[in-house]
Amino acid sequence: MSKDRASSRSDLTPSQSPPVENPFEGVNFAELELSLYRPRTLQSTLLSGLVTCMTFIALIPLFAVLWMLIWRGGQKFSLALFTQLPPAPLEQGGGFGNAIVGTLIMVGLGALITVPLGILTGVFLAEAMDSKLAEAVRFAAKVLTGFPSILAGVFAYGAVVLVTGGFSAVAGAIALAILMLPTIILTSESAVAMVPAKMKEASIGMGATGVQTVWMVLLPTAMPGILTGIMLAVARAAGETAPLLFTALFSNYWLISSGRADLMQPTASLAVLIYNFSGMPFANQVELAWAAALVLVLLVLIFNLIGQSFTRRRYEE
Amino acid sequence: MSKTQVRQEVAAWHPGQIWQPPTKAQRWYDGAFRRLCLVFAAFTIVLIAWLALGIAYRAIPAFQQYGLNFIYSTTWDPNKAQYGVLPEIWGTLYTSLLALIVGSAFGVAAAIFLSEGFLGEAVFKGLKAFNLQFHPLWRKLPDRLEQILKNLIELLAAVPSVVYGLWGLFVIIPLIRPVCNWLHEQFGWFPLFSTTLSGPGVLPAAFVLSIMILPTITAISRDALVSVPPKLRMAAYGLGATRWETILGVLLPTASRGIFGGMVLGFGRALGETMALAMLVGNANRLTVSLFSPANTLAALLANTFPEASAKEIPVLMYAALILLAISLVVNIFGAFVLEKAVGKGEAK
Amino acid sequence: MAKYCISIVFMFALITFGACGGGTGESVKLQGAGASFPAPLYLKWFKSFSAAQPNVQVDYQSVGSGSGVKSFMDHTVDFAASDAAMKPEDMAKVKGGVQLLPMTAGSIVLAHSLKDVPNLKLSREAYVGIFSGKITTWNDPAIASVNPDAKLPSAPINVIVRADSSGTTFVFTKHLSAVSKEFEQGIGVHNMPNWPVGTRSKGNEGITASLLTTPGSIGYIEYGYAHSQKLPVATLQNKAGNYVAPTTASAVATLASAEMPPNLIAWISDPEGKDAYPIVTYTWMLFYKQYDSKAKAKALRSLIDYGLTEGQKESEALGYVPLPPDVVTKVKAAAESIS
Repeated sequence: MSKDRASSRSDLTPSQSPPVENPFEGVNFAELELSLYRPRTLQSTLLSGLVTCMTFIALIPLFAVLWMLIWRGGQKFSLALFTQLPPAPLEQGGGFGNAIVGTLIMVGLGALITVPLGILTGVFLAEAMDSKLAEAVRFAAKVLTGFPSILAGVFAYGAVVLVTGGFSAVAGAIALAILMLPTIILTSESAVAMVPAKMKEASIGMGATGVQTVWMVLLPTAMPGILTGIMLAVARAAGETAPLLFTALFSNYWLISSGRADLMQPTASLAVLIYNFSGMPFANQVELAWAAALVLVLLVLIFNLIGQSFTRRRYEE
Repeated sequence: MSKTQVRQEVAAWHPGQIWQPPTKAQRWYDGAFRRLCLVFAAFTIVLIAWLALGIAYRAIPAFQQYGLNFIYSTTWDPNKAQYGVLPEIWGTLYTSLLALIVGSAFGVAAAIFLSEGFLGEAVFKGLKAFNLQFHPLWRKLPDRLEQILKNLIELLAAVPSVVYGLWGLFVIIPLIRPVCNWLHEQFGWFPLFSTTLSGPGVLPAAFVLSIMILPTITAISRDALVSVPPKLRMAAYGLGATRWETILGVLLPTASRGIFGGMVLGFGRALGETMALAMLVGNANRLTVSLFSPANTLAALLANTFPEASAKEIPVLMYAALILLAISLVVNIFGAFVLEKAVGKGEAK
Repeated sequence: MAKYCISIVFMFALITFGACGGGTGESVKLQGAGASFPAPLYLKWFKSFSAAQPNVQVDYQSVGSGSGVKSFMDHTVDFAASDAAMKPEDMAKVKGGVQLLPMTAGSIVLAHSLKDVPNLKLSREAYVGIFSGKITTWNDPAIASVNPDAKLPSAPINVIVRADSSGTTFVFTKHLSAVSKEFEQGIGVHNMPNWPVGTRSKGNEGITASLLTTPGSIGYIEYGYAHSQKLPVATLQNKAGNYVAPTTASAVATLASAEMPPNLIAWISDPEGKDAYPIVTYTWMLFYKQYDSKAKAKALRSLIDYGLTEGQKESEALGYVPLPPDVVTKVKAAAESIS
C-alpha cells in the first residue's frame, strides 16, 4: 500500500504544483513494507491465524448444536406448534402454544424485576467504586453467579409458593429473577465503568445533577454493553428448567382463557416442556421437544434483534 | 437583573435544561435517585445473605450429625446413612476449572476475532476482488456478517441446558469414545488417561460446559474490547506497533477488567450448572484425575437427589449446597487476590 | 428509550392486572404432581377426562415421588402420585387426612444390549449377582448354565443404573432385597442406593440411551421404555422357579397373587405365583380425605372413577398393567371417603 501512495504522489508532476522537496526522499520503501521475514510481522500474522483457527474451532460445536436443533426441530415445525396444546402420550400432532406464552410471561416478569434493579445497582457500583458497600455488593453478586439453579427454585418455593398456597407464574418469575440478577449487575457495572471519564466530567461541568448524568450520558453510552448483559441473562433464564419445576410446575392448558390471564396458577414453559417430553418414550413427544428447543432459541434471537434495533436506532438519530 | 430573571431569559433562549445549575426539585430528585440506587445495591447483599442463611438453617441437622467429616469423607451411602462429598467437591472444581480454561481460551480468541473485525476484513477483500466494495447492495455485507456472527455466538447462550445434555449424550460421547479409548490404550500410564470412557465422564461434561460458558465470555469480552477508545489503538499503530502488539500490549490490558468480569460470570455458571452436568458427568462418587472416568459435582448431586429426597436427606443436601456456595466464595476471594497481585490494586476490581 | 420502557411496562401491567380474579365460579381446576413412572398414563387420562368434562381441568406434572409428596403435605397441590406410597408418619402430618389409592401398576424389566442373544434368561442368582457386582462377565457360569444355546461373549457386563433418586430404583432394590438377604444388608432398599458397580445415567430415558449406545450392557427400566425402543428384555426366574417374560398377563398374575390390605398399600416384592413376573409394583395417587371445595371433591371422585373404568383400558397400550377386578372394587369403595 505504501508503494501505491508513493507512486500516486509522483503523479503530481512539477507542472501541477510548486516544486517541493520529496519528503520521502531517502526512504527505503522496501523496508517499510509488511514482510513475513520480519519476526514481529511473522508473530502478528501467526497470531492472527491462530485466533482465526481457534474461532472456527469454537464455532464448530456452535454450528453443530444449531444444526442439530434445526434438523431435529425443523421436522415438526408448523403453525400448529403455536396454536395447539401439548398432546397426550400416543397422540399425534399437538403443539406447545401455552408453553410459549408461559415462557414469554415468566421471563418477561423476571426481566421486569431484575432489569431496573440490576442496572441501577450496576450504576451504583460503577459510581461508588471503592466504598465498602460497593465492594460487598460486588462480591455478593459474584458469589451469586455460582448459585445452582435448583436452589433458586427451592427458595422461591419457600418464599412464594408456600406463602400464596399454590404454584404460580409469579413464583417462577421470581426464581428466574434470582438467576438473572448477578449477570445484569456485573455487566451493567462493567459497561458503565467503561464510559470515558471525560464524558461524565463534561456533563457535570455543564451543571447536570447525578441523575441527569446517569440518564442522559452514562446509560445511553453504556447501553450496548448493558443490553448484552440483559440478553445473556434472558437467554439463560429462558432455558432453565430446575427452578421452574419447583415454582411454576407445568400446565397443559392455556394460560389466557375466557379473556383473562391468571398468573397465580401453574404455568407451562418451554424449558419444562422440553424436560418432560425429551424423557418420554414416545416419538411424537421427543420430536416436539426438539421443536420446542428450536422455537426457544428463535424466540431469544428475535428478542436479541429487537433489542439491538433499539440501540442502533439511537445512534442513527 | 436578579438571578431568577437571568434564569428565565436564558431558559427562553435555550429550551434545554441541562446547563443551568440544578433547581431544588432536581436536586431532591437526584438525592432520591442516589438513595434508590443504594437501596437496590443493598438489596443484593440482603438477597444473598437471606439465601445463604436459609440454606445454613436447613443444613443445621446435618452439620450437627456429620460435622466436618462430611467434607472429607468419600462414601455416599444413604442406606447406611453415611454421607461424604469430597468426590463431589473435587469434581466441581475439576470440571469447572477445565471448562474455564478451555472456554476462556477460545472465548477470548473469538472475542478478539470479532472485535478486530477479521471476518469483515476478509469479506471486504473478497468484495474488492470483484470490485463490489462500494456497491450499494453489497457495501454493508461485511458489517452485516460481523453482526450475524456476533448474534450467532450469543444465541448459543439461549440453548436450554437440557438440550446441551442431550447433545452431549447422543453426539459428543459416541464421537469422542474411539479417540479416548485409543488414548487410554496408548498412554494409559498417564494419570489423565487412566480409565476408559464408558459413557458419561469428566471430559464430555467439561467439554459441553466450556461450550455453555463460551458465549458469555465471548460476548462480554468483545464488548470490553470494543469499548477501548479508538485513540489508544490508533496511538499504538502510530508508534509503529503491529496489530498483535497493540492487541497484546494495549487492548487486552485496557479491557482486562471486562474480560475478567466475563470469566467470573462464566465460571459462576460452570459451578452452578445443574441439568446438563447431571446427564453428562456420570454421577459416580469417586475421586479421580482421569479425564475419562465418571465423576460427580455438587450441583449435579443436588439435581439428582433433591426431587426424591426424604425429609432426613434434605439437611444433608442443604449442607452440600452450603459447601458449593462456600467454594464460590473462596474461588472469588482467590481470584480477586490473584488479580490484585497481577494487575495492581487500583485497576483490579 | 423512555417511550419503549413505558410501553413494555404498560403491556405487562395489562396482563398482570387482567390476572386478578382467575376463573369464573363454575370451572374446577385440579393440580397434581408426583411420580414420573405413571406420568404418561395419567396425562392421557387427564386429557381425555378434561375433554369429556368441559368444566374440569386436570393437570399433572412429574416432579418425582418425593417432591410430589412434599407438595401434597404442603397443600400446594390438590393431589399427588407416588411410587413409594406414603409413610405413616408423613400421613399423620397431613391436615385433612390422606386417602391413598392404587391406580395402576407397572413392571420393571432388565433390558440389555446383547444383539446376538435376544432370549436371555437370568436366574435369581444371576441377576442379583450382576447388580451386586459379583458376576462381571457375560459368559459367567451362572448365566451360561441357564442359556445353553446362547453365544455369550466373554466381554465384561456394563451395568447401567440410575444416577438420580427414583421410585423405580426403590421398587427394584426392594425386590432384590427380598430375593437376597446379602443384598438387603449390603446395598439395601433405597431410591438412590450406593451401587457398587455400574455407569449411572439420569432417568429412565438416560438408561435407555446408554443401553442403545453401549455394547454388552444391562439396565433396569420401566416396561414402556423397553417396548417403545424395541430393546431385548431378559426373562427372569421367579420364586416358583419358572422363567417368565414381562407381559401383561404375567404382570396381572403377579398382582393377583397378593392380597390387597385395607389400607391399600401392597408391596409384591417377591411374588409366589408360578406365572408371575417378579418385578411388578403398584403406584398410588394421594388425595386428601377432606377438601375445602365440594366441587373439587366431586370432580376428583369422578376422575378416580374414570381412571378405574375407562382408564384401565388405555393402560396396556402405554405399557402399564390393568388392575385386577377385586382391587378395582376395593379402590372404588375407598374413594367414597373423599369429600
